[in-house]
Amino acid sequence: MADLKINIAGMQFKNPVTTASGCFGYGEEFKDFYDLGLLGGIFVKAVTGSNREGNKYPRMAETPSGMLNSVGLQNKGVDNFCEVIYPRLKNFNTQIIVNVSGSTIEEYVKVAERINELEGIPAIELNISCPNVKEGGMAFGVVPSTATEVTRAVRDVYKKVLMVKLSPNVTSITEMAKAVVEGGADVLTLINTLLGMAINSETQRPVISTVTGGLSGPAIKPVALRMVWQVFKAVKVPIVGLGGIMNASDAIEFMLAGASVIQVGTANFINPMVAPKIVEGINEYLDRHNIPSARDIIGALKVC
Amino acid sequence: MKKFAHDFKVVGNTRLNTRHFVLELQAPLPLPEILPGQFVQVLVHNSPSTFLRRPFSIHFVDYSTNTLRLLVQVKGEGTRHMGMLASGDLLNLVYPLGNSFSLPSSDKVLLIGGGAGVAPLMFMGDFLNRKNIRPDFLVGFRSADEVSQIDEYSKFGKVHLSTDDGSMGEKGFVTQHPVFNQAPLPYDRIYCCGPEAMMHAVSKLAAEKGVPCEVSLENYMACGYGVCLCCITQTDKGNERVCMEGPVFDTERLKWQSNG
Repeated sequence: MADLKINIAGMQFKNPVTTASGCFGYGEEFKDFYDLGLLGGIFVKAVTGSNREGNKYPRMAETPSGMLNSVGLQNKGVDNFCEVIYPRLKNFNTQIIVNVSGSTIEEYVKVAERINELEGIPAIELNISCPNVKEGGMAFGVVPSTATEVTRAVRDVYKKVLMVKLSPNVTSITEMAKAVVEGGADVLTLINTLLGMAINSETQRPVISTVTGGLSGPAIKPVALRMVWQVFKAVKVPIVGLGGIMNASDAIEFMLAGASVIQVGTANFINPMVAPKIVEGINEYLDRHNIPSARDIIGALKVC
Repeated sequence: MKKFAHDFKVVGNTRLNTRHFVLELQAPLPLPEILPGQFVQVLVHNSPSTFLRRPFSIHFVDYSTNTLRLLVQVKGEGTRHMGMLASGDLLNLVYPLGNSFSLPSSDKVLLIGGGAGVAPLMFMGDFLNRKNIRPDFLVGFRSADEVSQIDEYSKFGKVHLSTDDGSMGEKGFVTQHPVFNQAPLPYDRIYCCGPEAMMHAVSKLAAEKGVPCEVSLENYMACGYGVCLCCITQTDKGNERVCMEGPVFDTERLKWQSNG
């Protein structure tokens, strides 16, 4: 049995496998399938300042090796999260990280301040990369100066580990990475979904109500791997990698490219048992290659 | 209700007509309690264009053989591959998902189905029989060549039939069937599953006649267990998930704005 423990920014993960925000609810839906204590961590569904109903149906299109979504941050707001959801989460035997989103810098700050008070939540993941809301979201994550600004504003009020989730819909991912590190990010998560579109040729209409949406699944894996690798070489902070991870081999590829921890997203929709299976697969891989620790493969890509 | 993901063994694949077939699937472990209206998410192998699972209503449950049945309409690549499954093949199911039809307060029950939407009504008919209720069925198909399983429905209750083209049974949509000419309508509850336009029409008619009605919605979904938030429908409580709060909804609660 290899050592699967990973430490980043003072947080200990029992293994590198976590689940991506928006793809795992608040974790409770998966308790029917397995013990959540098997996971390294859970990034819970985005929390905003107040209740959001999200976008109109249809919100989803199946695309080649992936899917397009435009859920639009549907959630009941930070008060409901703190009062109703948090008490149910705090005793899960795994790291719980809250994805924080908003339309204005003030909203991000307000949500971050509230989450800062919650015991047992060691980190937030600042979502400046949601492509499915009209205001805020990705707008903050595609211009380096505003990305620095929102990160700094949250950094001023949030005292625990600050992760920032980057959008791939940019010209230079390394420039964005440097911008949020300058703003005070401890950890970078990448990538969020790629902006995409699906059309029904028969009806001559877009498949989803918002016309464009976020593409996820194996279709985006090569783009995500490239970005993780570029950012790994450009900045010193640890990376949480995601984008189309379906199995242990995909997860290991992200770690070789430079991710310390990985997130499983869309795969949870297809196989509810996939995340613990990836934990087992990473262990089996390390044993097979006589590698003592999962830490040894982080950024270990052999480029000659 | 606990959910599972298991490989089921195909023990039967029966063609009903050119577009429909019934798969009989045996569970690897004793089936949990399953209720009529619940559904499964099927993983289709060997179909590269089918990335997500496909939801299907549970057509019938037989605890004595530890099997359940799915009524499938061939619509695309995924269902075409399912149609080619043979005895002994494995099919991965996530089950049992969603809520179920409510229990009626009396034995005056009408079950309305259209096309492949009749699927959950067979299970509901059997379930009601076990509660000593013999429901009436009203089933609609496009034409005579798609009418099937009438003998099986007849085991559980009286069957009224309509076809769009009048080639069998009454001509027209189910809402035009003479069964609705009775005043007052001799039913205390209507359960309906079929194309959305049909369910909407039935819900309006039921409201006019003052009969409570439940429908089983079939929205596009990714996961089927409440986390992707893609299959929402607007209700009196805002956006609700068809896979968790549904698929069965009391029609009084629905806004019928799902097909934006």
